[in-house]
Amino acid sequence: MKTGAKILVESLQREGVETIFGYPGGVVLPIYDELYDSPLRHILVRHEQAAAHAADGYARASGRVGVCLATSGPGACNLVTGIATAYMDSVPIVALTGQVPTNLLGNDAFQESDITGITMPITKHNYLVKDTADLGRVVKEAFYIAGTGRPGPVLIDIPKDVSTKVIKEPPVPEKVILRGYSPTYRGHKRQIEKALQLITAAERPVIYAGGGVILSNASVELVDFATQLGIPVTTTLMGIGCIPCDHPLNLGMLGMHGTEYANFAITESDLLFSIGVRFDDRVTGKTDTFAPHAKIIHIDIDPAEIGKNKRVDVPVVGDVKAVLQDMLLMLKKNGQKDAWLKKIRHWKQHHPLKCPQDGRLHPQFVIRQMSELLGGDAIIVSEVGQNQMWTAQHYCFKHPRTWITSGGLGTMGYGLPAAMGAHFARPDLPVFDVAGDGSIQMNIQEFGTISHNKIPVKIAILNNRFLGMVRQWQELFYDRRYSFTELPSVEFVKIANAYGIEGVKVESPDDVMPALRAALDCDGPFVMDFRIEREENVFPMVPAGAAINEMIGGHPK
Amino acid sequence: MKPHTLSILVENKSGVLSRVTGLFSRRGFNIESLAVGPCEEPGMSRITIVVIGDDEKIEQVMKQLNKLIDIIKVSDLTENERVERELALIKVTAEPGTSRAEIMQVASIFRAQIVDVGAKTLILQVIGDTEKIDALEKLLRQYGVKEFVRTGKVGILRGSKTVTSLK
Ligand SMILES: Cc1ncc(C[n+]2csc(CCOP(=O)(O)OP(=O)(O)O)c2C)c(N)n1
Ligand SMILES: [Mg+2]
Repeated sequence: MKTGAKILVESLQREGVETIFGYPGGVVLPIYDELYDSPLRHILVRHEQAAAHAADGYARASGRVGVCLATSGPGACNLVTGIATAYMDSVPIVALTGQVPTNLLGNDAFQESDITGITMPITKHNYLVKDTADLGRVVKEAFYIAGTGRPGPVLIDIPKDVSTKVIKEPPVPEKVILRGYSPTYRGHKRQIEKALQLITAAERPVIYAGGGVILSNASVELVDFATQLGIPVTTTLMGIGCIPCDHPLNLGMLGMHGTEYANFAITESDLLFSIGVRFDDRVTGKTDTFAPHAKIIHIDIDPAEIGKNKRVDVPVVGDVKAVLQDMLLMLKKNGQKDAWLKKIRHWKQHHPLKCPQDGRLHPQFVIRQMSELLGGDAIIVSEVGQNQMWTAQHYCFKHPRTWITSGGLGTMGYGLPAAMGAHFARPDLPVFDVAGDGSIQMNIQEFGTISHNKIPVKIAILNNRFLGMVRQWQELFYDRRYSFTELPSVEFVKIANAYGIEGVKVESPDDVMPALRAALDCDGPFVMDFRIEREENVFPMVPAGAAINEMIGGHPK
Repeated sequence: MKPHTLSILVENKSGVLSRVTGLFSRRGFNIESLAVGPCEEPGMSRITIVVIGDDEKIEQVMKQLNKLIDIIKVSDLTENERVERELALIKVTAEPGTSRAEIMQVASIFRAQIVDVGAKTLILQVIGDTEKIDALEKLLRQYGVKEFVRTGKVGILRGSKTVTSLK
């Protein structure tokens, strides 16, 4: 005989969960009582949003399902932004929420909110468990749904009486069988053949690789395929890390803040091999002028992404890794596209990303120094805004799952809690959160969590005393009317110190490397407050709605 | 832009209807007609939805519906030979001695049944496709339609083909 809470905790252990991020409250008391002497590690956050982001960061860094736990009502509602963030970037998390007892459901009881209703559009699936006997099965299904196919968040809402009720635990089915859910992994052979024909016939092919490559752990296959055929690769924000930045075929990121050479290559290509991407508007700019001369092949595990924003010539529904493996087996070697590669080398040479060097403290320089110090063997998390784009552009990522950022939702405040989660997934690697002064203040209370648990996250604040990305748009498109984007100076080191965290303020380029070293050498968390050029912009930039080869802030053609 | 009749086989679980309708409203679709009921498979229900949109949009909605875990199968009946029916109940003003006979004649032409005879009203029950019900309602308007209640449309394929066997 067991309580629902015990069944829940044991079910989590059966799924291989080691760490959960949570915050207690009334209706989850039975679950917390069970956690008290369970081998599961529970990290007490300072705001439930951070629990969801931490579970998300854990999942992105490890490829496993992350878990967070919150109480009903306000606790559950505080998870919402974190769940939506995970949903937009296809991150597998299981969010557990307490709920008022079943006999009070729908009564506007104390701390009741309809969290399954609220999260319906931002979860892959969700459950309201009304019978303790269902708990074991539901947990098993939730992990299965979250982690398979196109991954995503699953929420389980557990009324208090379901946790407290004592029952004889029914056997949990060995396999999950869901009549309405069976993702396609293997690509259709004829489609793959057609794709290969197009690729080998092309003269100016480009691979456009996204988060799907990372999610399906297909970086090795991708690089293998690209190298065998000599096809240049550009990645989306989410795809960064799937090919080493210093690989000769790497074009860096494309789209709004992509490299000029990536955007030129897309525009001139005659074949776009799209892998695990979704033709987001931040990538394509004006869709009709995106890859206007190219035939398009698209591999994705989610059929709904194919043809959603752009017509596709050869769709292949399947898991990126499985499809690329099949393609590699069927591949016939052919000559490299020398003229095309030469053109691309020329663009790369004449249109590099700019890193100003005038003795003042520029953010691009900070990121490049960080890159030099860490050499790709670290996990870099970012907040949202200019800080995120500078990191994506200037840090040299060498491995998949070392770049963790909120792409689809663009959630300010994501970075610090996600970095905490990433640490528990990869305690062997240093974890840096590149932050903006605005974003860090959205979840700055998590200084409490990292201090309390000695989580060695290094926080590099690119402090421009602006909501910089919004200010940049105001400068460029609103006549420099800086409406509510200026922030007063904050002494972040003092805040860190108040939480018992060390830190240093940096005002000159010479002090950048020593500060980064101090952070890396310090055992615990560390805060760097980089006082950067206040009105630095992220360039190049494709104005919203323009064609992606119409960039501003690049080099003359 | 034309009406599509979608037949959606779902798990008979609480919340499934709101998952389906929520998806339509989120993606900017108006549901023209909706019918839900049990079907030949135990534990499943069938939802029939009529929605107006261009083919690409409808395909996208179908793909999104297919992603819902509690949805087993989504089919578009529109391109197939099928029977579609709706049922309507119409309460018409019919004072004895005035238009009563005329209304009953109209009813019989439409093969509508008189299911209630009140002191001042008649209730007609009619089954048919959308056009037939629209036509009857329009004709009856001159006598005074006090209330008009209509089900959503249900549809089934002709011959031995079944919705579940559609690709
Ligand atoms: C939660 C949230 N609110 C608002 C925004 C809109 N937004 C995008 S970037 C940005 C400015 C970010 O400022 P900061 O963190 O200082 O970064 P910077 O751009 O200066 O590097 C804002 C307000 C957002 N992305 N997320
Ligand atoms: Mg800022």
